[in-house]
Amino acid sequence: MELVIKKKSKRRWRMTVLFTVMATVLAVAAYTLLILKHDPALVNLGERLWPASMEHPLGTDHLGRDVLTRLLLGAQLTVGYGLLSLFAAVIIGVPFGVIAGFKGGLIDRIFMRIADAFLAFPDTIVAIVLSGLLGPGIENLLLAIVLVKWVNYARLVRSTVITEHQKDYVTVAKINGLSSFGIMRKHLFPHLIGNVLVLSSLDLGKIILLISSLSYIGLGAQPPAPEWGAMLNDARPYFQSNMLLMIYPGLAIVFVVLLSNILGDYLRDAFDVKKEVES
Amino acid sequence: MSLLDVRNVHKTYANGIKILKDVNFSIERKECLGLVGESGCGKSTLARLILQIDSFDQGSILFEGNALQNKSERRLKPYRKNIQAVLQNPATALNPKLRIKDSLMDPYLQFGSQVNLKHFTYTSEANFIGQLLESVGLPKSFAERYPHELSGGQKQRVTIARAISIEPALIILDEPASSLDVLSQAEVLKLLGGLRETLDISYLFISHDLPAVQEMSHQIIVMKGGVIVDSFEKEQLFCSDRHSYTKELISMFE
Repeated sequence: MELVIKKKSKRRWRMTVLFTVMATVLAVAAYTLLILKHDPALVNLGERLWPASMEHPLGTDHLGRDVLTRLLLGAQLTVGYGLLSLFAAVIIGVPFGVIAGFKGGLIDRIFMRIADAFLAFPDTIVAIVLSGLLGPGIENLLLAIVLVKWVNYARLVRSTVITEHQKDYVTVAKINGLSSFGIMRKHLFPHLIGNVLVLSSLDLGKIILLISSLSYIGLGAQPPAPEWGAMLNDARPYFQSNMLLMIYPGLAIVFVVLLSNILGDYLRDAFDVKKEVES
Repeated sequence: MSLLDVRNVHKTYANGIKILKDVNFSIERKECLGLVGESGCGKSTLARLILQIDSFDQGSILFEGNALQNKSERRLKPYRKNIQAVLQNPATALNPKLRIKDSLMDPYLQFGSQVNLKHFTYTSEANFIGQLLESVGLPKSFAERYPHELSGGQKQRVTIARAISIEPALIILDEPASSLDVLSQAEVLKLLGGLRETLDISYLFISHDLPAVQEMSHQIIVMKGGVIVDSFEKEQLFCSDRHSYTKELISMFE
């Protein structure tokens, strides 16, 4: 018993730390503009490729811009764009899934065919093709991400609704005269919210990776935007002389992606009421 | 007038299987009617028709003389408040994400304003839930628990508490004890028998367990392949003029 409590409190402690870190990242991302000392886009060729100093804690890049400032602003861009496209995908996907799962029949079949079409191609390929067709730029990249991601949410919600809808407790709710909306709100929503949150926190990492990699190849954020993928691309020619210029944004990406994955795992455990007791 | 009349009911599934053929019976007030038959004979389908969550092709089902078929959900409401169900598998009959108290409140939240409770009194939610849990022999503290923290027998007691919460006139018991261990089975059946007497409820007790049906019911009907083949008072179970299928069932339990 003591062991169980210890394990639980240890996990709760880790969870708190993780949330604090994630919240800090988001807060830094949101308030970067307020604490900036340097203009992230100000070109100063006299200070190009400076090493770390008190004035520039992480040095300056090939155009003499402060790397720390750009990295922090990059957090705002990368994480912000990631969250924005994720939110849009959830907002579009969830209602589609609910309707398809609840109504079934023709509506469901049409929906499934559309979903299959989207799922037939890997995320990156669709994003590249769309960015290629609509032209490079962060707006088009976000549109592409929403287009490839909403299907996952719709499918997840649809399958949850279908599975739970067959269970006896829904039958009993029908016997009690609950409307479809009432069943959805009271009985199915608690199942959906956990699943969607877990998937979206896992997805956040993937989306950030996608934004960064497409920006790296020049299809996403355009210069001088300090997006991390774009910063990687900017630093590429100086790989041998100033390796750190690539390592900073690289580490930032790894850090946020890992964080969102671990957070997803913990959220999954947290929403699994049953597992908490068993462990 | 009987409480529930089932007259000439036929039901065919979408795949063409005729699951119910000309089913007739009635349930009287404060009576327990036992329905016996093997798996797949149409017992649970019949329960779903009476509960109005499935439609049938022909015939009629009357509650206190009023036909139920082809009614909108709104017009079915006065009927729904009078009929509840306890289903076979308590593991899926409670929403795993909701605390016991939230599952127990479903019927009252729907029909509380329309029913006159005689046995229970509603002063506050906590008090009401406490009364319900006590009436099925569970401690009040269970209100805050989740279904997975309860045993199968305890879960079934909770579903029984939910069914009696609005003191309906009729409860459909669809094999309420068959997924429980022998000891819990006996306890659940004893509890159901006691509750029927205190609350003046009628039961339709569906089971393949003939001794349990004999124990619980006043009247017994036997179903085979979607047809009612035998119908008798429980005292006449061992009479020589029983249908051959009833005799076969009796011999299985001897």
